[in-house]
Amino acid sequence: MKRVRKFPTHIAVFLAPAVLIYTVFMIYPMLSSLWLSLLNRIPGGGTGFVGLQNYVTLLTSEHWAPRFWNAFRNNVVFFVIHMLVQNPVALALAVMLNSRIRAAAVYRTIIFTPAVLSVVLAGFAWRMVLNPVWGISYTILDFFGLGDLDRPWLGLEETALVTLSLISVWQNVGIPMVLFLAALVRIPDELLEAARVDGANAWQVFRHVQLPLIMPSLAIVAVLTFVGNFNAFDLIYATQGSLAGPNFSTDIMGTFFFRTFFGFQLQPGDPHMGAAVAGMMFLIILTGVLLYLFGWQRRMERIEY
Amino acid sequence: MALATATRPRIVGERKWTWWRGALVHGALLAYSALAIFPVLLVVVNSFKARRAIFADPYSLPTAETFDLVGYRTLAQHANFPLYFLNSLIVTVGSLFLILLVSSMAAHALAEYQFRGNTLLSLYLAIGIMVPIRLGTVGLLELMSKLKLVDTLWALILVYTAQGIPLAVFVLTQHMRQLPRELKDAARIDGASEYHVFRLILPLARPALGTVAAISLLPIWNDLWFALILAPSERTKTVILGTQVFLGQFVNDWNAVLAALSLSIVPAVVLYVIFSRQLIRGLMAGSIK
Repeated sequence: MKRVRKFPTHIAVFLAPAVLIYTVFMIYPMLSSLWLSLLNRIPGGGTGFVGLQNYVTLLTSEHWAPRFWNAFRNNVVFFVIHMLVQNPVALALAVMLNSRIRAAAVYRTIIFTPAVLSVVLAGFAWRMVLNPVWGISYTILDFFGLGDLDRPWLGLEETALVTLSLISVWQNVGIPMVLFLAALVRIPDELLEAARVDGANAWQVFRHVQLPLIMPSLAIVAVLTFVGNFNAFDLIYATQGSLAGPNFSTDIMGTFFFRTFFGFQLQPGDPHMGAAVAGMMFLIILTGVLLYLFGWQRRMERIEY
Repeated sequence: MALATATRPRIVGERKWTWWRGALVHGALLAYSALAIFPVLLVVVNSFKARRAIFADPYSLPTAETFDLVGYRTLAQHANFPLYFLNSLIVTVGSLFLILLVSSMAAHALAEYQFRGNTLLSLYLAIGIMVPIRLGTVGLLELMSKLKLVDTLWALILVYTAQGIPLAVFVLTQHMRQLPRELKDAARIDGASEYHVFRLILPLARPALGTVAAISLLPIWNDLWFALILAPSERTKTVILGTQVFLGQFVNDWNAVLAALSLSIVPAVVLYVIFSRQLIRGLMAGSIK
């Protein structure tokens, strides 16, 4: 490696395009959006600096706060369902695919398929399957003798959010599955054999050998799920529209942001309040990522192998 | 390296597989596979049936009597799907090309040269791995209207490129650090310029470029958010947005809706059938790095 005094032209040429595009279309908009969240109409006309007023309004005013906290709560539920269903199912599937089973590649390909399809398809296909007019969900439940349990799942306030979360899980489960699989394949066979020779059964091998070794992947999947969920929008919008019905019961941060920014029905769009919602999303996501970086990862380093 | 371990052949060990345990695993995987493709098959199969048959007998394949393309005819009359496909293709290929080009250049610089600010720049570029670009939407829309890029495909290409750069640079830098020095030094001794050296080693980064393409492709092709916000005009609609708008207008025309959904998955499914191995391996390799 050469020591250089003047910044060499060729290095600048290599770096410039990426740094330029990234700065102009990602970092700058992010900063300008945060700046916009500190502005609003001021008394006396025009737009001016109002400090954190937009955030205070968002979190406390009668008009904004209930909607914000509703979206936040729903988003937490959305995330918890992904953590409790998507990631354990993905892990179970990965462990099964990693056992010496025939046609594992075929299963893997099929199970990953929904992740390749657009949310519009996933959302609408399920909307039709669950539509009482078509009656698919009824005939299937009825087949198992559970016909009485059928509900218009997406139309009821109590069930719509859980249903949409599960549709999202159905669509995305392939991604954590592949990440877990990648970690599982890397575990040396000798390690597993050694445990088996010592008399460990399948569960013990999983619990005491495989699980500790794929902990880093579990943590990464958790943080990716967190970021993805608190940034989600497409599925809810495609299935329920920007009003996130019924009665805002499926409203999450992404749809709330969209409505605030672009307006809906009689309420006009508001770039400053929209930017404030995005600012809150930024804060939430940043908190999650920092928790991961400083908490999880430090603990993880010790069990690197 | 990661690719090699991911496809390592498994040695048949002395593990005792009781037949019922194998059956159990096959049963579980089979059941989940069915769940994964059931809604998709249901949509596709019924898109070829007459309206009455969709409701009377949703689980059967179309027969001579029930076969009907009315949904596809409605689609052809009311939505410009060939144009949507072309737009999606231009945006996806354009963004992928730009991501691979500019990220490999930057990754080469970060991996090859020691210069002041190298680590800092790597960290700066890594911010975007975790912070989603959507959070800058308000600023982005303002910027795009100042640049008069709203309702152009360029707006989408530039945003998707910016979105793809952080992870691409990260994965490519890791890979390029492992490339052998001898080749580069030999070329330098022969009088090659630094640009020549880059051109020389780019083919060696092909596996990592494949990984990056695999990781970047789906979020671009399937994105609804920016298509909706930055380029919603009829001329610039992507397949995803075009389908979404069409579904909204024809929500009660089941034939048309099923046809639109079926048609919108054709490119994704065709590509997936061809590239599924590369795609999944690419994701696996990318996750290890």
